[in-house]
Amino acid sequence: MPEEFKPGCQRPAINKPKPLEQDMAPEATDRQGREMKSHMIKVGKPAPEFTAPAFYQGKFANVSLSEYKGRWVLLCFYPGDFTFV
Amino acid sequence: MGVDVLSVSVDSVFVHKMWNEHELSKMIGGDIPFPMLADQDGSIGKLYGIYDEDAGVETRGRFIIDPDGNVQGFEVLTPPVGRNVSESIRQIKAFQHVRASGGTEATPSGWKPGKATLKPGPDLVGKVWQVWDVKEAFED
Repeated sequence: MPEEFKPGCQRPAINKPKPLEQDMAPEATDRQGREMKSHMIKVGKPAPEFTAPAFYQGKFANVSLSEYKGRWVLLCFYPGDFTFV
Repeated sequence: MGVDVLSVSVDSVFVHKMWNEHELSKMIGGDIPFPMLADQDGSIGKLYGIYDEDAGVETRGRFIIDPDGNVQGFEVLTPPVGRNVSESIRQIKAFQHVRASGGTEATPSGWKPGKATLKPGPDLVGKVWQVWDVKEAFED
C-alpha cells in the first residue's frame, strides 16, 4: 500500500493538503486577534485528504488517507513522541 | 474489527523510528503495528482543526472515519489527559453495527455489542421508555 521512499539529508517537500475554502471561517479570530485558519470537522462529512511521510514496519513510506477507502480508519493525533502520556 | 490505525504528530519519521525502537517496542513487545505519520508543519492538524498554533503541536484529536471516507465521530483532548481506547473501540463497533443494519438500527447510550439496539420508526415514538431502561446507559 504505502509507497516506500529513501530518506536523504534534504528534507522532502511537504505535500500540503489543500484547505477546503468553503469550510473556512476567515472572520474568526483567536484571543490574540489572529485569523484562525483552521476549521471544524463535521461529522457525516468527508474527512480531509492528506499525504504524509510515515514510519511503518521498519521503513519510510508515504501514506495517503485515500489509500484507506473501503476500510474503517482511526486517525489519532498526539502532541509528540517521548512525551509521556 | 477491520480498522486501520494511523497516528500523527509533528515529529519527523526519524524520531518516530527512534521512539518505536527505544520505548514503544519495549512497552508492547514488538514494533508499532500501524504507520506513524510525520506532520512537521502541522498542516494536517490544521486541516482537522486540532493543531495548537501556540505550542506548535497537535492536540489529542481522534477521528473515526468510515469506509466511504466520512468522519463519523471525533474527540479532542488537551495534551495531559490520555484517551480511553476502549471507548474508541466501542464507538467503532456501534458505527459498524448501525452501518451493517443499513441505518435501520440505532445504538442507545451505553450500547455495546450484545445490548439491545433501537429501531427508530413511527411505532417507537414516545415508547422508548417501554423498551429501554436507563440502567443500560451505564457500564453493565
